[in-house]
Amino acid sequence: MAAGVAAWLPFARAAAIGWMPVANCPMPIAPRDHRKRHDELIILNVSGRRFQTWRTTLDRYPDTLLGSSEKQFFYDEETKEYFFDRDPDSFRSILNFYRTGKLHYPRYECISAYDEELTFFGIIPEIIGDCCYEEYKDRKRENAERLQDDQDDNKDCKLPNMTYRETMWRAFENPHTSTMALVFYYVTGFFIAISVLTNVIETVPCGATPSQKDMPCGERYTIAFFCMDTACVLIFTVEYLMRLFAAPSRYQFMRSVMSIIDVVAIFPYYIGLVMTDNEDVSGAFVTLRVFRVFRIFKFSRHSQGLRILGYTLKSCASELGFLLFSLTMAIIIFATVMFYAEKGSSSTKFTSIPASFWYTIVTMTTLGYGDMVPKTIAGKIFGSICSLSGVLVIALPVPVIVSNFSRIYHQNQRADKRRAQKVQKARLARIRIAQTGSSCTGFLQSKRNDLLNELLELTGSEEEEQQLNKGMSLLESQHHHLLHCLEKTTAHEFVDEQLYEQNCLETTIQSYTSRSPSFSSQDGPIGTCCTRRGKMNSPLPNSSLPLQPSHQQGSLQELSALHIQCGDKLPHTTSRSSLNMKTDDVGLINCKGSQITTAIISIPTAPSDTTDGGAPSINTTASSNVIKVSAL
Amino acid sequence: ISFLYTCTAVLIFPNIDSVEDELELSAVRHRPEGLEQLEALTRFNRKELQILYRGFKNECPSGVVNEDTFKDIYSQFFPQGDASTYAHFLFNAFDTDKDGSVSFEDFVMGLSILLRGSVQEKLNWAFNLYDINKDGYITKEEMLDIMKAIYDMMGKCTYPLLKDDTPRQHVEIFFQKMDKNKDGVVTIDEFIDCCQNDENIMRSMQLFDNVI
Repeated sequence: MAAGVAAWLPFARAAAIGWMPVANCPMPIAPRDHRKRHDELIILNVSGRRFQTWRTTLDRYPDTLLGSSEKQFFYDEETKEYFFDRDPDSFRSILNFYRTGKLHYPRYECISAYDEELTFFGIIPEIIGDCCYEEYKDRKRENAERLQDDQDDNKDCKLPNMTYRETMWRAFENPHTSTMALVFYYVTGFFIAISVLTNVIETVPCGATPSQKDMPCGERYTIAFFCMDTACVLIFTVEYLMRLFAAPSRYQFMRSVMSIIDVVAIFPYYIGLVMTDNEDVSGAFVTLRVFRVFRIFKFSRHSQGLRILGYTLKSCASELGFLLFSLTMAIIIFATVMFYAEKGSSSTKFTSIPASFWYTIVTMTTLGYGDMVPKTIAGKIFGSICSLSGVLVIALPVPVIVSNFSRIYHQNQRADKRRAQKVQKARLARIRIAQTGSSCTGFLQSKRNDLLNELLELTGSEEEEQQLNKGMSLLESQHHHLLHCLEKTTAHEFVDEQLYEQNCLETTIQSYTSRSPSFSSQDGPIGTCCTRRGKMNSPLPNSSLPLQPSHQQGSLQELSALHIQCGDKLPHTTSRSSLNMKTDDVGLINCKGSQITTAIISIPTAPSDTTDGGAPSINTTASSNVIKVSAL
Repeated sequence: ISFLYTCTAVLIFPNIDSVEDELELSAVRHRPEGLEQLEALTRFNRKELQILYRGFKNECPSGVVNEDTFKDIYSQFFPQGDASTYAHFLFNAFDTDKDGSVSFEDFVMGLSILLRGSVQEKLNWAFNLYDINKDGYITKEEMLDIMKAIYDMMGKCTYPLLKDDTPRQHVEIFFQKMDKNKDGVVTIDEFIDCCQNDENIMRSMQLFDNVI
């Protein structure tokens, strides 16, 4: 419960009067307010700056320093104020949290100083309001990254006892670590460049000798180029094998883009070695040589910029895809139009729609080669429309893509923020966990505590009652009273998730096994009320939960069978539950209904050894009592 | 092609108008009447009114509660279920001048009846709450709506499991008790008579007298 609405609790309780005429059972007694009602001003002296607020404002969040009795440690008797030796500027936002219920993060504040203040005052940072949470998380992440980078730099210097394999891998990934790595890095770079150059020069026609006609260098100096190629491929193969050996996760390495590029770069050579003699496949072999140009992509290991470009293109894929799609649409439309417009004229180049594609593309990108030109008037008109719209189509997405690039740079940072969406759920969960005191689980827990209190009253052990009456704030007890009233009005109880699911399972199983006598459902609301009037919530231990369906719709025979089984299990249960069975018996005699309803409240198997001594003797009587009752 | 681009343009800029509308709404402010008048109208003393107003204004700085804020606030007390339907009925019960918002006067007058009123007045208020269309009769449908709203607040994790006709059965029981002349509706007199004869209800009416 957000304590900002603590002021509305009296209203909610007053409005509960609306349930009273509808309820069929008496309501529980309201918790009494022992404390003084009048509000007082508290003075908080933070390093000389005095803040004043009402006591009830601070009491809204009882699990923080200021809201709990922990502040008594800082009370100064002489000046009658609470003195904190902390930063008064940060304290402003902390005190505002109590006043408004929202914690804000001031942007001028250093993130680690703010965190420390929050920790000191016992406030979890997840409560920071949505308006400031993103900023807070950003700054925190930046800080963490900066610290991490500093740590990494330090770590690079020291490398104790790394295996040979790990050293190699680090050398490959980070060439600046050692001179060997640097040498290797430059050597491979050099050979990549050589390889690409040879591929290019191979095709240049060089030197027309009188004996032979002009032929590309590759065919003239076949041996030389072949040796060059072999050397490069050898180097690349060795490099690939070394990387494969050093990789921490070989499977992952083989799937990575860079290694695929490596493989594609060296494969054609080996295929060529294998297949040189076969004339039919040599045509295909020549095509494979094209893949040698992929060696240029190996440069991306050497260039950070290439990698970022590749990454941004990848993230921009959807926008590019949309652009491509709209372009395709435009091309098809105009090609069709041009084809039909030019169909009439003779010796036209627009022989088919696909043939017109080429014209459309060339015109829309304002290239205008002139190899295909419309001759009819209609064709010319549509051709001009095509080129005009081409300008629009090409020009408009460019700023979009440019802005995309700048957006993607930030998106790069924000990819972590997208992880924050999942973190958002974790954050809400953490807030919920930290506030269990007032939430419904807190309510269920307090019900258990009340129950245990009653039992202890019956057995007369006073000490433990004191223990269990933990300081629950008045607010919480009033809230719980409100929820209790609702339970009484509807004659149903709150249970937690797992019990509910177990109940669901049980009812589905039960519906297969037995026909339900309809009287149980009719008496439903009143019946349960009656049994509860005797304050007879007889909780059964968790171990016997699968037997619960007895309350729902069981024939009496089944009831007795199940209860006897309950009896068997008793010796294994905690002492508390055996005491409960005793009260069960007592309560049942009071109730006139033939229906035995048992409420499920899971008892935390808290180790309370004091009452264990008395348990065994009660066990047998309780079990016999149970059997007797169910025989009814 | 340009059609495509105009489409994307329309998609990017749709929200400007609604933002301006929202800005106008938030300029509504309300200041309540003076302390003396409120003291005369209600049965709270000065100090109590001060405490009430401070809490009220803290949660609603603009001085009025509209229905959505009301539903939010009320739902915070019932985390397991859905309190919005019941909050809607409550809101209508508090908003006596039917202007769509609960001002501090409405709030404090409602509370005055609930916490300091006579049993007759409280029962009157409850009848007003159940009578959704305020025609002086509670029909089974109205009661069923109210009952479903109350059961919704329990949520689904209850023991025993909530069946679909539990609210209807509860309404039947209610009508059996309240509807003396069996004409299918409950009038204010039948309601007050019956409640006054029921000990449980009488006792529970006094339950919250010391809330403030």
